Amino acid sequence: MSAPQIEIQLIAAIVAIACAIPGVFLVLRKMALISDAISHSILPGIVIGFFLTEDLNSPLLILLAAITGVITVILVEAIQKTGLVKEDTAIGLVFPALFSIGVILIAKNANDVHLDVDAVLLGELAFAPFDRLLIAGIDVGPKSLWVMSLILSITIGLLIAFFKELKVSTFDAGLSSALGFSPVVLHYGLMSVSSVTVVGAFDAVGAVLVVALMIAPAATAYLLTSDLKKMLMLSIIFGVSSAIIGYWMAHLLDASISGSMTTVLGVVFLVVYLFAPNKGLIAVMYRQKQQRTEVSLLTFLLHLNNHTEESERHINHLQEHINWQRVRSKTVLDLAQKNNMITIVNSIVTLTPKGKEFTDLALEYIVTNKDEKIEHMKDDFFLFRG
Amino acid sequence: MEEKIAIRVDDLTVAYNYKPVLWDIDLTIPEGVLMAIVGPNGAGKSTLIKSILGIIDPIAGSVSIYDKPYVKQRKLVAYVPQKGSVDWDFPTTALDVVMMGTYGKLGWIKRPGQKEKKAALEALEKVGMLPFKNRQISQLSGGQQQRVFLARALVQNAAIYFMDEPFQGVDATTEIAIINILKELRKAGKTVVVVHHDLQTVPEYFDWVTFLNVKKIATGPVKDIFNDDNLTKTYGINYKVAVNQ
Repeated sequence: MSAPQIEIQLIAAIVAIACAIPGVFLVLRKMALISDAISHSILPGIVIGFFLTEDLNSPLLILLAAITGVITVILVEAIQKTGLVKEDTAIGLVFPALFSIGVILIAKNANDVHLDVDAVLLGELAFAPFDRLLIAGIDVGPKSLWVMSLILSITIGLLIAFFKELKVSTFDAGLSSALGFSPVVLHYGLMSVSSVTVVGAFDAVGAVLVVALMIAPAATAYLLTSDLKKMLMLSIIFGVSSAIIGYWMAHLLDASISGSMTTVLGVVFLVVYLFAPNKGLIAVMYRQKQQRTEVSLLTFLLHLNNHTEESERHINHLQEHINWQRVRSKTVLDLAQKNNMITIVNSIVTLTPKGKEFTDLALEYIVTNKDEKIEHMKDDFFLFRG
Repeated sequence: MEEKIAIRVDDLTVAYNYKPVLWDIDLTIPEGVLMAIVGPNGAGKSTLIKSILGIIDPIAGSVSIYDKPYVKQRKLVAYVPQKGSVDWDFPTTALDVVMMGTYGKLGWIKRPGQKEKKAALEALEKVGMLPFKNRQISQLSGGQQQRVFLARALVQNAAIYFMDEPFQGVDATTEIAIINILKELRKAGKTVVVVHHDLQTVPEYFDWVTFLNVKKIATGPVKDIFNDDNLTKTYGINYKVAVNQ
């Protein structure tokens, strides 16, 4: 690996971490679209900042653009508060308006300004190593690496300091407010961090990938864990690994780096969506199938419980009276036998004491909805897991 | 002995988009009562609690908790929002939710430690949820979720408890468990204010009641003011339908 290659991957990894952290909270607050809005509407801020500083990595530019991001949020909320339109409509109104101002500003000054819309949308990570930071004439590395590292340090610092406040205000804004942790302050704090991150990252990865880096890792992690800290860790891992794999994919295919990274993020999400142990599509389908079988089992056990006469307990009766297909009958019988709930002697099915107990408890649960007594059954049967 | 006033509301008016939802409310709630706020849908019951707690800014009027503004008395007050107001798919456990009750006393930045964890475990024990402490909150039944919310309020160890419809969507056992805990709180001299829907259980559960329908209709001891007259004033002529629900 050459030095620029290492630098590019380092920038990509740092951008991925810096995006993943606010992304987790945006996803949990159901505000994913806001990051899309911010990433586009910061354009006029960036253009004006660029006119003033002629440097895409200048702190003034980042500040100006971040303020535009926060203004976006304020405008969206103001429009929403009129009660005339819903939030998604408000977002759809605000960010194209601001973005188009940026586009016009670029077009009007196209000759003087080294900035074009393509670069804004897609970024150009490959060029990042060319813009060096010189301190007292010494080359200390790419500018965007330093800028993003600084942004990331601030983000991590704020996350550690205000983790508990962010958690409570995200989960329960009412309680947060009553406890004295103003949800408004935290909301705008998060919006400011998101805006700064988007501005810092957009030069490297563009306005579109920034959104993907914020939302996709968090959405993927959400499918895998029920612990906020783990969700943050997993998001960072998914973000960084997708960024690096995406870089090498681009290298291999000779394609756009940001495009490849976004593709990898999408593929990773898809794989997790399919195979996640609890929330994944396959797990859910399996669970639903099991639940259907278990409902059948319970129906069958109840039937046995209600009837002592042998004619009602004959194996063939399952097909004739309960009207089940052969396969379903067999699945249900197997499941009952496997759990020692029934015995079959001469094709006559009898409930065992264990089967009887199971039936009584399950029935009681279904009637009363009290689940203290069936706690031990939850591990073996999906039916009782709420 | 003179009765201490726990909560005083003066001329409180709250509006959403310039439409008043609470109009000129005067209310004094003495210390140590278990009070129901009743009224039809849209009467402003939740809004009243939220504006006492400073979650909603009123357009007029003032609120005091033991003669001081709420912001100075936060630590004396615990709050249980409506269960439906939060996202139960949030990645966290029952214990962690209860721990949130300790955040108020900790203040900004400081993190909860062993002391807070111990208090949270005790509160879970009190509501019978200790076996579920590590369960993800979406895996709890509606009644269990409400118990977790109650535990979170208990861990705040407050003098005044506000609860927004704690019996909504819970099973009968949980309802009894919750009301018993509320009665214990009252016995310990705490003041408990509950937004309540089921008029039939008011005389059984509460000793104090406020009738609300945008304006305050009446407030006082259940035995004195819980009558057809006030019910009719609050719910209109159809109040009997509400009772039969």
